[in-house]
Amino acid sequence: MARSLEELQKRYNKAAAAPKRGMGGGRRRRVPGEKGKPKDTKKTIKRLWAYVAKYKWKLVVVLICMLFSTSSALLGSYIMRPIINTVADSSTPAEERLLSLAKTIGLMMMIYGIGVIASYLQQRIMMKVSLSASEALRNDLFNKLQSLPIRFFDSESTGGIMSRFTNDIDNIDMMMHSTLTQLVSGTISLIGTFCFMIYTSRWLTLVTVAFIPLLLKGGSFIAKRSSKYYVSQQSALGAINGYIEEMVSGQKVIKVFNHEEDCIEEFDKLNADMRGKQLGAQFFGGIMGPVLGNTTQICYAVTAGVGGLLCLFKGFDVGGVSVFAGYSREFSRPINSLSQQTSTIFAALAGAERVFNIMDREPEDDESFTESDNAKALRSKGIEGRVELKDVTFGYNPEKTILKHINLTAEPGKKVAFVGSTGAGKTTITNLINRFYDIESGSITVDGVDIREISRPYLRENTAMVLQDTHLFTGTVMENIRYGRPDATDEEVIEAAKTASAHSFIMRLSEGYNTVLEGDGANLSQGQRQLLNIARAAISKAPILILDEATSSVDTRTEKHIEHGMDRLMKNRTTFVIAHRLSTVRNADAIMVLEHGEIIERGTHDELLEMKGRYYELYTGKVELD
Amino acid sequence: MKKWMKYVKPYAAYFILGPLCMIVEVIGEVIMPKFLANIIDYGASGEDISKASAVIRKIYEIAGDRSPFIIAVMCAMIITALLMMIGGVGGAWYGAKASVNFAADLRSDVFRKVQKFSFANIDKFSTGSLVTRLTNDITQMQNFINMLLRMCLRAPGMLIGGVIMAILVSPTLTTILLISVPIVVVGAVLFIKKALPRFTEQQAKIDAVNSTVQENVTNIRVVKSFVREAFEKSKFGKANSELKMSATRAMSIIIALIPAATLGMNIVIMAIFWFGGKMLINGTMTTGNLTAFVTYIIQILSSLVMVAGMFIFMSRAFASARRIREVLDEEIDINDDNISEKDSKRAVQQGNIEFRNVSFRYYKDSKEKVLDDISFSIEAGKTVGIIGSTGSGKTTLVSMIARLYDPDEGQVLIDGIDVKNYSLYNLREGVGFVLQKNILFSGTIEDNLRWGNQDASMKEIRKSAAFAQADTFITDFNEGYETVLDQGGTNVSGGQKQRICIARALLKKPKILVLDDSTSAVDTATEARIREAFADELKDSTKIIIAQRISSVKDADLIIVMNDGKITGMGTHDEMLEKNEDYSEIYYSQVDRKEAI
Repeated sequence: MARSLEELQKRYNKAAAAPKRGMGGGRRRRVPGEKGKPKDTKKTIKRLWAYVAKYKWKLVVVLICMLFSTSSALLGSYIMRPIINTVADSSTPAEERLLSLAKTIGLMMMIYGIGVIASYLQQRIMMKVSLSASEALRNDLFNKLQSLPIRFFDSESTGGIMSRFTNDIDNIDMMMHSTLTQLVSGTISLIGTFCFMIYTSRWLTLVTVAFIPLLLKGGSFIAKRSSKYYVSQQSALGAINGYIEEMVSGQKVIKVFNHEEDCIEEFDKLNADMRGKQLGAQFFGGIMGPVLGNTTQICYAVTAGVGGLLCLFKGFDVGGVSVFAGYSREFSRPINSLSQQTSTIFAALAGAERVFNIMDREPEDDESFTESDNAKALRSKGIEGRVELKDVTFGYNPEKTILKHINLTAEPGKKVAFVGSTGAGKTTITNLINRFYDIESGSITVDGVDIREISRPYLRENTAMVLQDTHLFTGTVMENIRYGRPDATDEEVIEAAKTASAHSFIMRLSEGYNTVLEGDGANLSQGQRQLLNIARAAISKAPILILDEATSSVDTRTEKHIEHGMDRLMKNRTTFVIAHRLSTVRNADAIMVLEHGEIIERGTHDELLEMKGRYYELYTGKVELD
Repeated sequence: MKKWMKYVKPYAAYFILGPLCMIVEVIGEVIMPKFLANIIDYGASGEDISKASAVIRKIYEIAGDRSPFIIAVMCAMIITALLMMIGGVGGAWYGAKASVNFAADLRSDVFRKVQKFSFANIDKFSTGSLVTRLTNDITQMQNFINMLLRMCLRAPGMLIGGVIMAILVSPTLTTILLISVPIVVVGAVLFIKKALPRFTEQQAKIDAVNSTVQENVTNIRVVKSFVREAFEKSKFGKANSELKMSATRAMSIIIALIPAATLGMNIVIMAIFWFGGKMLINGTMTTGNLTAFVTYIIQILSSLVMVAGMFIFMSRAFASARRIREVLDEEIDINDDNISEKDSKRAVQQGNIEFRNVSFRYYKDSKEKVLDDISFSIEAGKTVGIIGSTGSGKTTLVSMIARLYDPDEGQVLIDGIDVKNYSLYNLREGVGFVLQKNILFSGTIEDNLRWGNQDASMKEIRKSAAFAQADTFITDFNEGYETVLDQGGTNVSGGQKQRICIARALLKKPKILVLDDSTSAVDTATEARIREAFADELKDSTKIIIAQRISSVKDADLIIVMNDGKITGMGTHDEMLEKNEDYSEIYYSQVDRKEAI
């Protein structure tokens, strides 16, 4: 039962435009201002300009180089006339003519030489400027990313963020590098040619000028259509790429459900739709050149005809006609090439807008943030690890509350466990403690200081986390563990690995601790990756520790083996544990049973069993089966 | 090359008409200056018309006088320009038609091919690279074809036309070409040779920047929780400046190309002026011919540069073509090609399963076997639990039942018939699979469930969902079964996702149901209810359950314990507890500690 084209487009275009969210229990939120068309073009250009303006003096040099190279080309084509005239002048003796020919050629060589050098310099400097500017743009974007809250990453897909770095900035680079120089050099040559034209013949200039509105009209007519088709092509492309991405990722499920035929049918619909839209976009994109170019040819023809008639009736000189005809071609060339660049400009501006859109997001901490006196005092004596949640209510979006009136206190060095079904809000609580998200009502304090008064980096340095999803970086095993504390010695890294029971498998890797992990540690099993994550947390000296399903993929036998290590890890740290396996949490100092965002039961393992409530049910639900 | 003809043939007309249209433009471009010369010579200067060509003489005769002649030639020029415009627009039209259709057909073929891929084929290419091949690489080829069709006759046409005209004007001066052209060609080749590796290097640096961003974004929680933003910034800064450096290296070649070509061209022109000027003084050359000759030489050299540019573009397109070819030429290791008429009609009847000495390795040349001489049989309607540590081969084992992988040695039989003697379609219709990596597709929950059975009534859908303990939470959603899932089902929790996946498989009413560690995120009580539903509603189906928890498999009719690709024990819970060390060790790691000691 394949879906209709409309449905597919709606679904996959949306998926391509406004991407997925992250983990936890929250729902997806859309971010406003994501549509493709550039809106405040002036402002965007101004901001882009700021990146180039740093190289003001270089740009001045570029401009001077352009002046030289363009005028050398103009001069070069003009100087041919005197050459021919001297050589053809049979009234002077042959030797003299030869001498003057040699002189003019020497002069031309110089002019051309200067032109070539100038154009090379201009290109070279411009390349450096544009590459430096795009490097700066990339760096700024990346640095900005580091300051953005987790919420932002929930609402954007990785692919969407990455395409800012590649496609969008590439388009900007292209515009700065080629379009900008063409714009300037085109303008210079336009003015230069125009001057020569007026100098040669005012009447013929008038003829050429009369063609300008026609060229502009034709250009904008085609540009309008081509940009319309371009937009619809991009959206069709977005839909088909979104579809391909999802289906290829789910290829194994497709096979298991014999769904290949449907999939092909749906794909064909999208492909056929794209075929039509692409045809329009490619066609209108392709005719810009021929239409404008040949309009110029008509202009050339009219110039030739009128010039010829001028010779007959107004005594205009023959050489002037041929020179002028050449100019009329020269004149329209920059107009042509610029009108062909419109799509690059559009793409670059739209890309710049997407880039700036990220740069304008609210960062986690704005610069004006200062720690309160309490927080400063806390910093000077060091965090002990007393965590208290008072009447905490939180939702990822206002319509849906995830946590309701949570109250709990964790004394330093104690172990608090959260139990409950997925979606009950366990992960959310831990995300609030290290301020991945900020709460709306209630308060969270560490050693009595509200965490909103403490700077995020300091708070996070004091909370080590082992996350549900294991994440490793490209680099050696050693580097990955050391990520938890950059100044740790090799011995400390190995010690941490031993604590997490990772040492023995690391030693079995081909290069031991120097084995390079690639692609999120694809060469390791899920369980081994979790052990590395634990080691990474173990090396940090943070007094607060969060273990979110830290051993879920470690098989139960190994889990048993690492128990000692885990005990050592948790010693003297305030620990929050989330686990499915109740055996993992039963020795906690306090167990919180969460349901629908509320703590419905709390106490030690024995107390909870005695209560004969939900925990008892969960626990015996398992035991009963034994 | 031959293999690509498949995509050219249906659109052969466009592939031919496109360049033909462009030829009109080229011819026009060559003759337009000639028209101008006629206006100047016979119209404005009033030279002797008898020296003109036949066509021009005819026009002059009809026009009668010099000024009508000028107007007539001008009209001819305008008509030529209009014809050129039509040619250019036609060329764009056919070029677009040819390239778009070529790409659409190719994309469709590659997609179809991927649909035929077996699991082993999919594993070989990564998902990301398949997506890039289907999108970027095909677009690259499409752009190349579009350009090729519009340029392929243009550049060589200008080149050949220029050479012919140059020889006609002055054979002596043409000898300059004999010296300069080889230099230009050698220069261009050197440029390309030098540029290509630098482009490849730049591509690698782009990949490095991309993967740094990707890693950072996916690991952002780790970065933030360990406060390593500054470290990440410097890491990115390094990758970024390396990209800039390699881009500079690549670009500086391209930048040098244009000035170098201009320089070369200027030198040639100077040489022509020098030698041509001498000839002019000697009286062996006319002024008009000298200017014309220069025009042709410029034409020849610039079309050479154009061809060189095309080669750079081409080498990129060829890289893409190779990557696409790899997908299209990939040998599908599991297919229906050798199945008999009778076999193709056979469906799974009961669900008896037998493994006979099955061995398997992922790569043909790897030493380590994933499965090593596995033999067992299961009667239809029974429940089998498979347990064992990660990497012991459980998933691979069950995959063989639906021929997701084929064994290297041995046989898998269903109802006494080798699985290879079923059509893939019928075999997979008979087997319901809940994969370890659950995937839901963007669409409503109902859409997703219907993957199991497209014609199911709403009642049946709700019933399956109820068995999978999913109906309650689905109806709790504001839009119930109409709730739209995001790609990958990221807007439902892990446990909910697993239950939807189970419901999806149940809707198939399969003879054999395989659950590959697919209740790990479901709490034990709910899981127990799901298993109860299996026992009641899927009485006749064979159920295979892979699990981590002993409780998930404890009640099974048969428990298989695996370790390192081998079966280390088979039996019921009580038997295994007594005789199998692995099993009892797993068991005691999961029950009460005190009890274990």
